[in-house]
This record gives sequence, C-alpha cells and structure tokens, in this order.
Amino acid sequence: MHFADGEVPADYLGYVRNKVFWILGGLLVLLVLLVYSISVGAVEIPISDVIATLLGQNVSHKWDAIIWNIRLPQALTAIAAGVGLSVAGVAMQSILRNPLGSPFTLGISNAGAFGAAVSVIVLGTGTMQSRVADAVTINNPYLTTIMAFLFCLLATAVILLISRIRGASPEVMVLAGVALSSLFTAGTMFLQFFSNDAQLAAVVFWTFGDVSRANWPELALIAVIVAGATIYFVANRWNYNAIDAGDETAKGLGVNVERVRLVGMVVAALVSAVIVAFLGVIGFVGLVCPHMARRIIGDDQRYLIAGSCVMGGILLLASDTVARLIVAPYVLPVAVLTAFMGAPVFIYLLLRGYRR
Amino acid sequence: MILSVDELRFLYRNHEVLADIAFSINEGEIVAILGPNGVGKTTLLKCLNRILTPEGGAILLEGDDLSRLGMMEIARKVGYVPQRVETGRLTAFDAVLLGRRPHIGWDVTEKDLKVVDAVFRRLQMDHLRLSYIDEMSGGELQKIAIARAIVQEPKVLLLDEPTSNLDLKNQVNILSIIAQIVREHHIAAVMTMHDLNQALRFADRFIFLKGGRVFSHGGHDVISPGVIEEVYGLPVVIGELGGVRCVVPAGEACGLLND
Repeated sequence: MHFADGEVPADYLGYVRNKVFWILGGLLVLLVLLVYSISVGAVEIPISDVIATLLGQNVSHKWDAIIWNIRLPQALTAIAAGVGLSVAGVAMQSILRNPLGSPFTLGISNAGAFGAAVSVIVLGTGTMQSRVADAVTINNPYLTTIMAFLFCLLATAVILLISRIRGASPEVMVLAGVALSSLFTAGTMFLQFFSNDAQLAAVVFWTFGDVSRANWPELALIAVIVAGATIYFVANRWNYNAIDAGDETAKGLGVNVERVRLVGMVVAALVSAVIVAFLGVIGFVGLVCPHMARRIIGDDQRYLIAGSCVMGGILLLASDTVARLIVAPYVLPVAVLTAFMGAPVFIYLLLRGYRR
Repeated sequence: MILSVDELRFLYRNHEVLADIAFSINEGEIVAILGPNGVGKTTLLKCLNRILTPEGGAILLEGDDLSRLGMMEIARKVGYVPQRVETGRLTAFDAVLLGRRPHIGWDVTEKDLKVVDAVFRRLQMDHLRLSYIDEMSGGELQKIAIARAIVQEPKVLLLDEPTSNLDLKNQVNILSIIAQIVREHHIAAVMTMHDLNQALRFADRFIFLKGGRVFSHGGHDVISPGVIEEVYGLPVVIGELGGVRCVVPAGEACGLLND
C-alpha cells in the first residue's frame, strides 16, 4: 500500500501552531504569576527587586532571605505539585476511560490521610501548641510523611493486585479505588474516635494540603518525581490517544493496552503519593485542570498533557498566592482555595463549551 | 497468498468458541465471514491480528508466523476497524493520524502527514479534515475509522461489521470504498457481516461459521438456499433482481416466525 500524492496540509499546520501558542501563552502567564507571587505577602517586595534577586543580583540580604528561603521554594512547590497532580489526573482520565479520573480516584488521598492518622494517633507524632498562627504542629513530620507515603503505596499495591487477578479493566480499577477510599476513610474515622483533641486537630490539620510544608530538599524530591512522570506520560501520548479511541482500536494499532494501563496507573499513583505525603491532600487540581485544558485545546494528548501541566501549575500557584493574601498576615492552606478559585472558572468553561 | 489460517482453535474460559478453522486469502480479495449472532465471527476476526490469542493452530501473514511477530509489527501489516468507535474532542485529521502510530517513532514526520492527507483525498473527505469527530454522523465516523486503518498501510484490513449502523447509501458507499482500496493496492480485506445481500455484492469469497466451525467456504457458488438455511435456520430464496443476486427469507419463513 502506498500513498504518494499527499501534501502537508497548511490549514492543519496552522491549527497545530494555534495549540502550541496556547501552551506557550500559558507558560508566560505562569512565569508572570511566579514573579508576582514572590513579590506579595506579609512583606511586599517590589517586582523589580524580585526579578533582580532571582537573576542573582544581591539587592538586599533581607530580600535574599525571604525570596530564596521562603517564597521561591513555596511558589515552586505549588507549581511542581500543580503540574504533578494535573498530569497524573490527565493520565488517569485516559487510563480509566473516565472523566472523573483523578490521582485520588484510586483512594490515594484517603490512604495517605489514614497513614498520617496512624502516625499521629497511634505513634504519637502530633501535638497542639498555644500560638494561633500555627496552633497545631506535627512534631515528627518525617515519620508522618513516611507513614502517609507507605499507605499511599499500599493502596496502589492492593489495586495492582486486584487488577492482576481480575484483569486491568477501567471498571475494576475505578471500583477498587472507590472501595479502598471508603475503607481508609472509615479507618481514619475509627482512629479519630479514640483520639484526644490535640491528636484530632493534628490529623485534620495534616489533611489540609499546604505547599509551604516543603523546603528545598522536599521540593527537589517532588520535582524529580513529577518531571520523571511527566516525561513518561509525554512519551506515551500516542498510546493514550489510542486508548481514548477505544481499547480495540488501540490493540489494533499495536498498543499493549493492559501494560500501558498498569504502568500508567503506578506512575500516577507514585506522583500523587509523593505530593500527598509531603503536602497533604490537595483536591480539585488533578480532577479539573485536565478538563480546563481540554476545553481550551481539545482531547489530543500530544497537546493536552502539556496544557494540563501548565493549567495545574497556574491554578495551584494562583490559589497559593491568594491563600497568602486573603486573610493576611495569616496564611490559609492552599487546599482550601483550589476549589474556591477553580470551580467558578471551570463552571464558566463548562457553560461556554469547547473553544471553536 | 497474504494470509492463511490452519486448524485455528480458540477457547474462552475453557469453553471452545472456535475449532478447526482453516482458510486462506489472496491479494485483492474481500472475504466475508458470515453466520448467526454469537457464532464467533468477531472472535475469529480478533484472532487474525492477535487482539485475542488463539489456543492452537497457525496463522501465517505473508509467510510469517503471526505468533512470532510483536504487536507493533502486526499493526504495521494488519489494520483493524472495530464495531464501536469512540469519539473525543479531536479533529478528523488527528483521529486518522493516530493510524500512523505503528510507524511513528518519537513524533510524526512529514511523510505521516502526507499519507494522511492522501487518504483524505482518496476517500473524498478533504472538507472534514478539521471537523471535530464528536460532532460527526455515524457514516462520517465510520469513514474516519476506515481511513485510520488505511493509513496504517496494511496488507490486510480486518473490519468488524463495517456497515452495521449505517443507512443504505452509506453502506454502499463504505463497502465501495473498501472494495476499491483492496483492488487498487493489492491488499486483502476480511469482514464480518450480517447483510447477506451486501456480502454477495462486495465479497469475493465467503466463510460460513456454524457452531464455532467453518460450515462452508468458497466463492459465490457456496451461497445456496441450503447452506443459508443450515447456517441461519431460516429458509431463503435466492433470485436476481435488476441483474443483482439477492437473498430474501422465503415466504414460509415469515409464516414460520409468526407461529
């Protein structure tokens, strides 16, 4: 079979260029937002000083300390976590063939919360202090993080096991995830029932996802995992496009659907587990950012994955910026703001329909 | 001979679905797999590109044992059009471009875009190039699915009931396209079908399945009232109408069903 008389259609190239511009535009917005986010807060730093400091000029020691030790790691953590949750979400929606797919569909956030509850209540790693600004402290954050991470992995392992026995079908994965979510929620409630006030507060506090918990070392780990996962998903963009066209079409195109599904699930779960373990539960981003990107650049995974990453970074960074300003000098955990910020935008996009 | 099947056997949960299946297909031929619902037509089709793995028997594709080829190698030689096509927010061009998947390394090349463009022209669908497939009619969508299989540049096209949801004009249109492509490019097509009249019109050879085995296999001469009654359990008459052979249920068949 041979088709020689084709040309590269100009209108199609224009259409592709348009998508690339949207993604680049999103990156630009993210960059501007990053600079703005660093400049605002309890202490206002002039934008020009922020840029100069970021470019390595020594404007003032005070700015250096605030920017390099507090605001930059926090802003970058917001971006990394937003990208990670969103890219895991877009992959899960394709893998599970379900628009409600998100990193948390498999019960990962509830498993993480249960792990943290075990750590705080059973192993005694949480206490309460009298200061209002930071009333509750996890006095052994590392153990809490490790326990949360272990339970995230446990949830993933159980779903993998079920998938091995019953076949890696989207229905089995989604339903197993729902069952695990409920199980871990019940487990957390059980532990909370037998805990004292301080422990209860510490567990609840832990579940409020907060990007300020990470510093450079945690950020580095999150960033490496998120970058690795994003590269993996991008490399599989054609496989996800094929699976979106139906399992049989995908198999007819030579895609090993079961394997792509299982590996993708593990990668998405790992990203979510790392983010949940370090930062707590940040909902909404993983579910909705991919859909926001879909409304703007369509379902083609070649652009959708990049678009979702940019959208996730923007939403979480914007939410964190507002969370730091809205009740200043106090700082709200970002998880409170993501839905407040994202839901109206998303409902607008839903009502408007697809961009023509 | 492009494809030959010998002693193919397929089990589903230890239940024998297909057994003793043997036939071969030549270049430029369209083969119709016929038989009642649930007899294993789709299963047989899926064994031919190893979407399903047969329990035994041999399938040779251009002389190569299919079980020794990787999934991607098979996909470069066999195109598959399933019964159900999923839609999404994707342009027709991108949906068809997906068919180049088995040939694409990291990203699409100019050649991939040219092949897709040529197939759009060949199927006279240029105007649909940038239309979104989630806004398309059943007939257009089926053409997209067929175009996707054609840009795979396969030696064999497998089609699972390619006309099942289409109106009469679209049925004839789709089958004519398949017939032309098969003849022009010296490939082969295997399709499962329910409509005996369309099969008579477009297929060169026929495989009747009954009870998971080949009941009858051959050219136009195997289409007889006796064979059809044995396979479908319904008496039919075969006659000519406007110079075209057609099959209709016999008069007594309708009375028989009314009992």
